[in-house]
Amino acid sequence: MITGTPKPIEEILEMLEPYDNIVLAGCHGCVTVCRVGGEKEVQVLASTLRLAREAAGRKINIREVSLERQCDPEYVEQMRPYMKDYQAVLSIACGAGIQFLAEKFTTTPSLPGINTGFLGVTERQGEWAERCQGCGDCVLHLTGGICPVTRCAKSLFHGPCGGSVQGICEVDKEVKCGWQLIIDRLTALDQLENYGKLKPYKGWNTSRDGGPRRIIREDMI
Amino acid sequence: MKSGSNLEKVLAAGHFSVTAECGPPRGANPDIVRKKAAYVKGHVDACNVTDNQTSVVRMSSLAGCMLIKEEGIEPLIQMVVRDRNRIALQSDLLGASAMGVRNLLCLSGDHQKFGDDPKAKNVFDIDSMQLIHLVKTMRDEGVFPSGDKIEGAPKFYIGCAVNPFADPFQIRVPRLKLKVEAGADFVQTQCIYNMDKFKKYLELAKKEGLHEKVKILAGVTPLKSAGMAKFMRKMVAGMDIPDEVVNRIAAEPKEKQAEKGIEMCIEQIQELKELEGIAGVHVMAIEWEEKLEQIIGGAGLLPRPVVE
Repeated sequence: MITGTPKPIEEILEMLEPYDNIVLAGCHGCVTVCRVGGEKEVQVLASTLRLAREAAGRKINIREVSLERQCDPEYVEQMRPYMKDYQAVLSIACGAGIQFLAEKFTTTPSLPGINTGFLGVTERQGEWAERCQGCGDCVLHLTGGICPVTRCAKSLFHGPCGGSVQGICEVDKEVKCGWQLIIDRLTALDQLENYGKLKPYKGWNTSRDGGPRRIIREDMI
Repeated sequence: MKSGSNLEKVLAAGHFSVTAECGPPRGANPDIVRKKAAYVKGHVDACNVTDNQTSVVRMSSLAGCMLIKEEGIEPLIQMVVRDRNRIALQSDLLGASAMGVRNLLCLSGDHQKFGDDPKAKNVFDIDSMQLIHLVKTMRDEGVFPSGDKIEGAPKFYIGCAVNPFADPFQIRVPRLKLKVEAGADFVQTQCIYNMDKFKKYLELAKKEGLHEKVKILAGVTPLKSAGMAKFMRKMVAGMDIPDEVVNRIAAEPKEKQAEKGIEMCIEQIQELKELEGIAGVHVMAIEWEEKLEQIIGGAGLLPRPVVE
């Protein structure tokens, strides 16, 4: 899923300074699962903002909505009938959702209520961790199902570097060395021969470095 | 000769080689480099110039190389893949070769977290293994990785680094093997203090016949004090300093610890010199270049051979 973290309330209040009448839009997708932008979070954030603005002596009207997905036009269009009645939309969906609102409602400012994080998994209740950088050229079959681009702090293709000690990365005591994980996994799978091959230079053009990416499925158009 | 560098010639002639390193200054004052160079001159076959080590901004490695070259020392340029993509790396390789730098050390580079710009974006477009391959391709095939012909291929004696003390130990020799296959001509190791573990590593490397394919230069760093040993052990990931080493220097009164550190370093070089498969020593006297003559001379490695 795409993860995120709430922006500090002070930062949101500063963003909302010019407005008295806004839409607060959540999303039932990833951000609901990681508890940062779902229906419940819309309610909590709206109440917090109302109270803060009331205390500051300047009330704010907030329309609360939660779309099935902010990244799909059919759901985003549900907002169109009333958008003209509001000065801005504060979205607590991921960066894609926030931008999609901006794109669809060209005259309404779209503001970010969260900081979008990464493509990750729920390791345990309340803890999410990154697993994929969406680089567009997957090598997981060669690395025991553990991604060197994401799990190694230097994205090395022939790790581990000299800073790997007892399974821990030199960057942070809480971070496991991605290459130790890969070596352990390749050993367990009896695939260590995969390690001994020089890998070609990665083509980052399939990643962010090639500019905004697009997928076109002719069979679906 | 692949590069015609002095280091390559000394090693090819079968001499036990000596390299050292100069860290460029945190500023644009060339006299600091010249002062360090004066301590190095005549005592080494080549001198490494570090590339923003520990991610702390310093004068560029290439500029440092040119300054020590002017002082009559053969430079060995260190190049990390942390700060430059493959375009910049190729360009700097061409530039360094054009300026007469003939030795190169290919490194990943310390993570930017450890430097004074921890919020910097890192690059790691290719890794150090791939940099070795890239240089070898440019040197031996005279082409860029894109396949285009190079007008004047760069000439480098290609080096890599290894840390036999990092984990997992089982992968350390296979990783060196991979670097050799990628094109490394020589290797400089991380500072060795745990000689038993290093000997185990060397035996495994020899089993693979690596000592015959790559010149292994053993890295040593003289300890200035027991405090320095404890600090390095605690703060530098992958630095293995056994208790007996720390205890030996700690047993001396404070004012005699530096002298003891030098004595221990000399002993260690002498022991390394006798090991089959060790082709030379890399003396990293960190901010202590003035002791190089004493250490290298003390180990019986002066004067340095002149090979035509």
